Amino acid sequence: MAPLLEVRGLRVALPTRRGPQLAVDDVSFDVDAGEIVGLAGESGSGKTMTAMTLLGLLPPGARTSGSAHFAGTELVGLRRRAFRDVRGRRIAMVSQDPATALHPILTIGTQLTEHMRHHLGLSAAAARARAVELLADVRIPDPEQALRSYPGQFSGGMRQRIAIAVALAAEPQLLLADEPTTALDVTVQAGILRLLDRLRREKELAVVVITHDLGVLSAVASRVHVLYGGRLAESGPAATLLTRPRHPYTRGLLDALPHPEAAAAPLRPIPGAPPSLGAVPPGCPFHPRCAFAQPSCRVDPRPEAVPVDPGHRLACPPDPLRGRPAEPVAAVRTS
Amino acid sequence: MTAPLLRLRDVAVEYGRGAARVRAVDGVDLDVRPGEILGLVGESGCGKSTLGRAATGLEPLARGTVEFLGRPVEPAGRRRRGADLRRLQMVFQDPYASLNPRRKVGELIADGVVLGGGRRADGLRRARELLERVGLPGDAVGSYPHEFSGGQRQRIAIARTLAADPACIVADEPISALDASAQAQVANLLSELVAEASLGMVFVSHDLSVVRQVAHRVAVMYLGRIVEIGDTATVWSDPRHPYTEALVAAIPRADGAGTLPVDLPGDVPDPAAPPSGCHFHPRCPLVQDRCRVQDPRLEPVAGRSAACLVRAPGSGNRAGAVPLTGPGRP
Repeated sequence: MAPLLEVRGLRVALPTRRGPQLAVDDVSFDVDAGEIVGLAGESGSGKTMTAMTLLGLLPPGARTSGSAHFAGTELVGLRRRAFRDVRGRRIAMVSQDPATALHPILTIGTQLTEHMRHHLGLSAAAARARAVELLADVRIPDPEQALRSYPGQFSGGMRQRIAIAVALAAEPQLLLADEPTTALDVTVQAGILRLLDRLRREKELAVVVITHDLGVLSAVASRVHVLYGGRLAESGPAATLLTRPRHPYTRGLLDALPHPEAAAAPLRPIPGAPPSLGAVPPGCPFHPRCAFAQPSCRVDPRPEAVPVDPGHRLACPPDPLRGRPAEPVAAVRTS
Repeated sequence: MTAPLLRLRDVAVEYGRGAARVRAVDGVDLDVRPGEILGLVGESGCGKSTLGRAATGLEPLARGTVEFLGRPVEPAGRRRRGADLRRLQMVFQDPYASLNPRRKVGELIADGVVLGGGRRADGLRRARELLERVGLPGDAVGSYPHEFSGGQRQRIAIARTLAADPACIVADEPISALDASAQAQVANLLSELVAEASLGMVFVSHDLSVVRQVAHRVAVMYLGRIVEIGDTATVWSDPRHPYTEALVAAIPRADGAGTLPVDLPGDVPDPAAPPSGCHFHPRCPLVQDRCRVQDPRLEPVAGRSAACLVRAPGSGNRAGAVPLTGPGRP
C-alpha cells in the first residue's frame, strides 16, 4: 500500500536580503495512515518549514521543488485555490500555542461547527451533534456546556484538547502537530500524547509531530526523522534511533537530555548553536559542532542520507558511531 | 549550618478582592543557603512564579515575612528598590522580552554594574569580563540583543544579573524557552555560577527532570502550598506525595521503548475556590474520606517532608505502613 504522504527531495528556498536561502534541503520521508511520525530538530532545522509546505502556508516569495504526494494530490506547486480544499479539510494543523489557534471571542461551539458546516456541508443540528461527540472524544468534561463557553474559560491543557478537536472537525487524514505539548505541563503533556496515540489507533489518523523533545517522540512515534540545518541527518524506527543512534547530532541531542533513570550528573550539552538561515556551513552542516569531524566533512558535497539498515538512513559517511554501545559517548566537542 | 540568605516564613500572596479573591501562595516556609540551588516545581497555576516574585519583593505579601541577609524584603511599589535588595536578583523566562532591544549588550550589562554601585566607566570593561564568564565573546558588548539566539540572549540576561554582584538569584523558568542544546548549556552555567560564587538560587521550573539535574533541594508546589520538600535525590528516587509521584511518572523517557507517560487526570483547580481538605484530593489516587475534610501539614517522613495524610500522617507514624502503589510507580 502506498504511504498516505510521500515526501521526496523536498527543497524550500526562502527570500532573504542575501537572496534565496535553503530552509529545507532535500528532505524525504513517508507517513502511513494510522502512524505517528516525528520530525526532530532545533530552531532553524527546517522542521516547521516542512510542515508549512504541506499546508501551503509558506511565506510569499518562497520557492519549492521536489515532491510531496498526499493521497493522490501533489502538494508541491499546488495552486493557492486548490490548497483550500486540502488545508483544514484533509490536512490539519495543531500549533504550540492553543491560545492563538482559537478565536478568543467566539464560543467553542461556533468554532467547531463553522468548520464542519464549511468543509463537510453539515446542517446546524448535525454539526452540533458531531461537535459534542468530538469534545467527548478529546475528553472535555461536559461537552454541551463547553460548546457555550469561550476559550478563555479553559486551562492550557483543555484549550489544546479543544484545538485538537477543532483540527479534527473536518475529519482530516493527516494532522501536523508543531510542538503540540511544549507549552504544557508534563502531566497535561502525558494526556495529549495519550490522546494522539488513541486517535491514531481508533481513527487511523496519521500524525506528524514536530518537536525538539526526543522524549515525546519516544513515547508516541514509530519513525523519527532528525533534521539539522534543513537537511536529514538521520531517520529510522524510533526504537533504533533512540537506543542506537548513528549520527553524532542524534547522539548529542540524546546526551543533552536529563535522564530520569541515570544518576544525577551535569547535563552534557551540545556546544554552540544550530546555524541560522543562510549561514549553514559547507559540507556536513553539523561539522563545526561534531567531535568526529574529518577534513572530508568540512567540504561540499553535503552528505546524503543513505540506507545503513532496513528503514534506517544516515547522512554521515564516516559513521563513527557504528557498532558503538548504547551508553553516552563524547559525540560532540567538549570545548 | 550556615545562615540562610533568603528566609520565607508563612508567606501568603493574594490577588483580587471580595468574592474573586485568590490565594496564589498560601503559607510557605523556605530557606535558601549560600551555594545552594533550591528547585521550585509544579504545574502552571500552582503559584511557583508568584512565590518567586514574592521572594524578590516584586509582589506584596498578604501574610508572613521574607528576609534577605537578615533584612525584611518589602515591595517598593513603583519607587526604586532599596540598596540592600540589590544583591537579590531575578532572571526571567523570556530572554526576548527581558532585554531592551534598542540598547547595546554592553550598555545593558553596564546598567547592572551602575545599579550595583559601580561607575559606568568601569561598566563596559566589566561587561566584557561577564560576557566571557557566561561563554560569549567580549566583543558582544557592541551588538544588539536581536543579533543573538535565544540561548545566547539568556546568557546576556544572566551576565546582566551578575553585574549587580548578587548573593541570591531567583530564576523563573530560565531555560524553558530555549532550544534543546541551549537548555543544557544554560542549566550547567547556572550550576557553575552558584558553586563558584557561593550564590543562593531559587530555580523555578515546571520540568522536574531538569530541576533534578541542577537543584540540591526541591520543593513541589500544588495550588499555592508546598506538598513535598527535601533533598532532590531523595524526593526524586522515592517520592512520597502522590502529586510528586504523578509528576515523575508523567516525564517521557527518550529510551525508544514507546512507553506512554502516565496521565494525571483533571486540571489544577481554580485557586479562587480550592477544594476542601487536601487541595490535591480530587485528583489523588490514594484519596480517603478524611482527605476531603482534613488539611494536611508538612510532616517529616523518610528523610524529607510531605503534606499527605495517607503517606505522612504525622511525625510519629512510619510511612512504610502504606504501600507505594500510586499511579506514579512504574
